[in-house]
Amino acid sequence: MTNETLLSVKNLAITFSTSKGPVHAVRGVSFDLGRERLGIVGESGSGKSQTGRAILGLTAANGKITADQMQFHDLDLRNLSKRDWRKVRGARISMIMQDPKYSLNPVMTIGDQIIEAYREHHKVNATEAKRGALDMLAAVKIRDPERVFNSYPHEVSGGMGQRVMIAMMLIPDPEILIADEPTSALDVTVQLQVMAILDDLVRERGMALVFISHDLHLVSSFCDRVLVMYQGHVVEEIRASELDQAKHPYTQGLLNCLPKMDGNHAELPVLTREASWAEA
Amino acid sequence: MTAMIEITKLNAWFDDNHVLKDIDISIPSNGSFGLVGESGSGKSTVLRTITGLVDDWEGNILVNNKELTKKRDKTFYRLAQMVFQDPFGSLHPRHTIDRILTEPVNIHKLGNSDARVVEALKQVGLDNSFRFRYPHQLSGGQRQRVAIARALILEPKILLLDEPTSALDVSIQAEVLNLLTRLRNDLGLTYIMVSHDLAVVAHMCDDIAIMNHGRIVERATAGQLADGKLENPYSQQLFKAAGGYDRAVIDSFVDWD
Repeated sequence: MTNETLLSVKNLAITFSTSKGPVHAVRGVSFDLGRERLGIVGESGSGKSQTGRAILGLTAANGKITADQMQFHDLDLRNLSKRDWRKVRGARISMIMQDPKYSLNPVMTIGDQIIEAYREHHKVNATEAKRGALDMLAAVKIRDPERVFNSYPHEVSGGMGQRVMIAMMLIPDPEILIADEPTSALDVTVQLQVMAILDDLVRERGMALVFISHDLHLVSSFCDRVLVMYQGHVVEEIRASELDQAKHPYTQGLLNCLPKMDGNHAELPVLTREASWAEA
Repeated sequence: MTAMIEITKLNAWFDDNHVLKDIDISIPSNGSFGLVGESGSGKSTVLRTITGLVDDWEGNILVNNKELTKKRDKTFYRLAQMVFQDPFGSLHPRHTIDRILTEPVNIHKLGNSDARVVEALKQVGLDNSFRFRYPHQLSGGQRQRVAIARALILEPKILLLDEPTSALDVSIQAEVLNLLTRLRNDLGLTYIMVSHDLAVVAHMCDDIAIMNHGRIVERATAGQLADGKLENPYSQQLFKAAGGYDRAVIDSFVDWD
């Protein structure tokens, strides 16, 4: 890991205009991303996914983004045209969504979908594209790539589907991978296996990974650094290895309210929210 | 102590697919039994079979010393009620909370629905202002409380809980788990709780069964689970996986297909 900064975000704010008035989803988020595994953790509505989507220019049309800085190498992401976004999105910054069931085309074989993505980014003929697609499937540790290649999405398990998604995202060799709850729909052992694949790829290719999740415990065991978000703010930034020394009452509360495997049926501590947490 | 629920040699099928294989479970009155496993292990099917949502089954299910037949009668549903995983899917979107809670009271002709609704809401910690709202006006945790209230309004002795907190944020999960623990103590309820989360089950249940491919592969008490005293290799793997991301552990995983 080097200290080179790939992406620098300063004071990012996202506001959605709705019929009930403006909704401030993200309020003043700043972070620098190097070649590392950065976790963004928060409960539903904390703004963690919106932060991830803003980096990819995927904020919905009624959302307004303001930031003092959103610098990706020499590119200012704040005022890219739609055409310029297309050169960044997918190719240099890529995203893995939560549920492979909804991200894969149900009426196309997995092989055809990967070939389509492959030829979007590489000027090759059909035979080479097929070889490339099979290589990608092998890279995500699918034991029988030929079988999966010829299958439709409903014929493979959730874990396999998510590996396929990862394979597709890796085709253009992006520098930053944003994974939004990539394993939440999976069983716990499969979840860990998929994370191990992500881990290997990030190390081998020197990518930066932004891992968005609600699971503080899981993220801290996987990432180098964690941002804890609450109501659109980053309330705490902490090295994952030092999570037990978390200072913010919200982070502490989140850790405490998890049931522990100590066979103790006592009341769980409940998170008491304070209004001051939602202020910067 | 006599068992509130006694299941012996329960087998179930979805067409040709044999999904439950020789399940034996015994739960004392006021006990709390946990079923853990990964998706497809059959853990939810056990609850669905008890509550009458699975047609093709064989074996003996004794509830409160009464043998269940293929068709459940109303007295069974007075005794046992189910709470489902998804509080967004299990409440009628166009019915007010009041109507959702009144319906079972009318079906069972209990009468006095007004007082019962007020009491049920109070039991789950919701004040009366929620009574005439619609489900979409409630948060996920509040909806799950309504789903629990709907189960409680028939004054059952048994709650069948199918992943009652897995759709909720952890802070809300803690509140709902505390509510369930308190209700079991106050009302003397018997629980069967299904979850994929070992920690939730260890926290909530006295006895635990670990399922894989329609079979119970191991039984443990909450204490044994806490100490990791598991013998079956599948349940050991599940226990290790609950510890978070550890590369060496993941590389030792075996597929159990």
